[in-house]
Amino acid sequence: MATDRHAETAQLKFRDPQRAAQLRAAIERTVAEVGHAPVTIMHVCGSHEQAIAKFGLRSILPPAIDLIMGPGCPVCITDMPEVDEAVALSARGVRVATYGDMIRVPGTTKSLADAQADGARVHVVYSVAQAVEMARTTTDEVVFFATGFETTAVATAAVLLAGTPHNFSVLSAHKYVPPAMELVASLPDTRIEGFLAAGHAATITGWRLFEPMARKYHTPIVVAGFEPLDILAAILRLVELVRDRRAEVVNMYPRCVSPDGNRNALDQMWRVFELTGGHWRGIAWVPDGNLQLRAEWAHVDARTRFGLGVRTRDDQPAVVTDCICGEIMIGRAAPTDCTLFGTTCLPESPVGACMVSSEGTCRIWYQYGGQPNLAGTAR
Amino acid sequence: MCLGVPGRVVEVNGLVATVDFWGVRRQVHLELVDEPVKAGDYILNHVGFAIRRIPEEDVEGTLALYEELLKEAGQDDLMAADVRGEMAAIPPEGHGNR
Amino acid sequence: MTTLRRPPLPRIDDRVTLKHGAGGRAMRALIQGLFAKGAPPVSDDSIGLAALDDGAALRLGDGWIVLTTDSHVVQPIVFPGGDIGRLAVSGTVNDLAMMGATEVLGLTCAVIIEEGFPTAQLERLHASVREACEEAGATIVTGDTKVMGRGEIDGIVFNTAGVAFTRRVVRDNGLRPGDRIIVTGTVGDHGMAIMAARHQLSLEGDLRSDVAPINGLVRAAMRAGGEGVAAMKDPTRGGVSSALHEMAQKSGVGVIIDELALPVRAEVRAAAELLGLEPLLIANEGKALIAVRREVEAAVLDALRAHPLGRDAAVIGTAVDEFHGSVVLDTGLGRRLLAEPEGEPLPRIC
Repeated sequence: MATDRHAETAQLKFRDPQRAAQLRAAIERTVAEVGHAPVTIMHVCGSHEQAIAKFGLRSILPPAIDLIMGPGCPVCITDMPEVDEAVALSARGVRVATYGDMIRVPGTTKSLADAQADGARVHVVYSVAQAVEMARTTTDEVVFFATGFETTAVATAAVLLAGTPHNFSVLSAHKYVPPAMELVASLPDTRIEGFLAAGHAATITGWRLFEPMARKYHTPIVVAGFEPLDILAAILRLVELVRDRRAEVVNMYPRCVSPDGNRNALDQMWRVFELTGGHWRGIAWVPDGNLQLRAEWAHVDARTRFGLGVRTRDDQPAVVTDCICGEIMIGRAAPTDCTLFGTTCLPESPVGACMVSSEGTCRIWYQYGGQPNLAGTAR
Repeated sequence: MCLGVPGRVVEVNGLVATVDFWGVRRQVHLELVDEPVKAGDYILNHVGFAIRRIPEEDVEGTLALYEELLKEAGQDDLMAADVRGEMAAIPPEGHGNR
Repeated sequence: MTTLRRPPLPRIDDRVTLKHGAGGRAMRALIQGLFAKGAPPVSDDSIGLAALDDGAALRLGDGWIVLTTDSHVVQPIVFPGGDIGRLAVSGTVNDLAMMGATEVLGLTCAVIIEEGFPTAQLERLHASVREACEEAGATIVTGDTKVMGRGEIDGIVFNTAGVAFTRRVVRDNGLRPGDRIIVTGTVGDHGMAIMAARHQLSLEGDLRSDVAPINGLVRAAMRAGGEGVAAMKDPTRGGVSSALHEMAQKSGVGVIIDELALPVRAEVRAAAELLGLEPLLIANEGKALIAVRREVEAAVLDALRAHPLGRDAAVIGTAVDEFHGSVVLDTGLGRRLLAEPEGEPLPRIC
């Protein structure tokens, strides 16, 4: 089928199969020049997971590349106690609004969808602005369960700065990406040789902030977009850097990412949020990994308004400590090494992030009986 | 979740733009955008907010970026190698359908 | 040959939740584990509840009586392209057609109405029912009317049943390796129209449901393809993906789908991309998946395209003797497995 190259470019769709085949061939040649196999690289973005899955890119990457899904799916890494807080609020009669995928994620005992089945008012929204609109049309308390990385946190900041009705508050479960990459890179026996940085988060933060990390851990980082050619081109560039042992940051998404990012959005975000440590589901304590509302925004902070106690790691049920998603995400372990895999931890009752995400390593292994290696069936 | 989808601005009304996403239109908030936006501009929409004005020259330049990358990766050498391979495949007496 | 282990169906929970109505694995687990459990068997060559086909087929003389029933809870009850009345007739007529029974003997129509429901609205729905019946060449022969108190039911609920006679029953388990899979038109229209109508999206675009009775279209395909029409299923809840997974699993074959061949309207594609949805997983209410033996592929396709409801018919895939029970998607760039959907992501889609 002929592709209208010009029309595709005008729609910002970069999906031409011929170009993809050329990039694939180049990746294959380059990885052979690295000198060892597999070459292990990690991406840290839920949208990258989805794009890779959607276009079947895993089936065309050479087997010598091990592309691991890191802690990049904001839904998956939202910790159980955080979900419990939202569920508890909904049980008190508060209207809880959140982004779609969140309602199915289980907390310690139930998910927001379960709470909804029990009669709680849980609303799926596509934008935080919708939640604010809802608050304007009711006298009920409305809490926005705010999940997502900095790309999404900026929107929460924008609505708060613009002014919200008195019955609106925010339960922040926002996360910040760079510390997670740093955590993985800093592990002594990490097998990760390079990172694909999330293009949309980088649209906000810029790419310069990755430079210290790349230098410190001698790991190249390539900022990647989300069209299939963006991803393949970024992988090619990353493998070249690994081959040449160049621990640099390269921006392969210049149409959206600039060196210092979107100052306007960043300013708004830092006026509303500050960094704090937090536990990422199934992974570890990530210092500076969470975005919480600054003290001056306490009046719209649901934790303050509703007197929610702070959960600590010690409160968590024992089963969570058996979850080895953290090891799986750094390439140290396979799903079958986990005692919970396929027994307690299932797609309909996931424990760790790797099973919550539709592209998580554990989810893929469970649903498809192993890596869906359809290599050899590519055109 | 409306994650990171590009669209074209149809009209701007203060801090709200009507954006065309190749078949459907949607209102997008402009509080977060990095540069002023006008009708005809490309923007990147994320959860109902424009987080980037995508410069037109960068859109055009994206294919050029891939092409350059392929060139550096020796794509041209590969083509030359193909030709050499084909020539080596011709039997000495010049028989065959070539 | 690649065989992939199929995970078992989930266990039944203590309480029913929305996922049990979504048409996916949870619903199948509920039906198999609760409703169909211990059901007495039907006669040898009849098709009953346990088959979980689009309808039942009961042997009678040299043919079968085909029987089906559907309840309709779509919300909102009026949406771009149709309403719950049109849906009630189309859904049942189409289920009969999917079993090969395109001449409807009669339909039943029962309604449960909430106190306070406007009569003018009822008249509008009734007009839609009649219009759809005319298109299908079917008649409502009996019905029932109930009213529940304000707040005890949401607006209005329809239940329709349909009965037809056919000399040949087409199952959804008749796929064989080599068979070609045809979709009768564009996919994702109904689901996207419902989503837009629920006003969660503030989308402007021409998103209209495809809800329509397609028994005439199916009749044309069966005339052209005869015994070569191997299996049929209508891709309602869970979209084309759900229907293909069922057909593949029941037939014991794998299916490869050419994503680039899938007919999708530009607006539906755009809206789906915007929301991170896949047209393959979105409900349709005026389409059919028809699996045909290769020899009749061209004849069936021509017959479909000659019909007003089948102009966009296309061959989208092939049954293969590997990946049994699974559906592989060729994206044009690479291949991937289409995970079996949990069911329809949006509740009350039909």
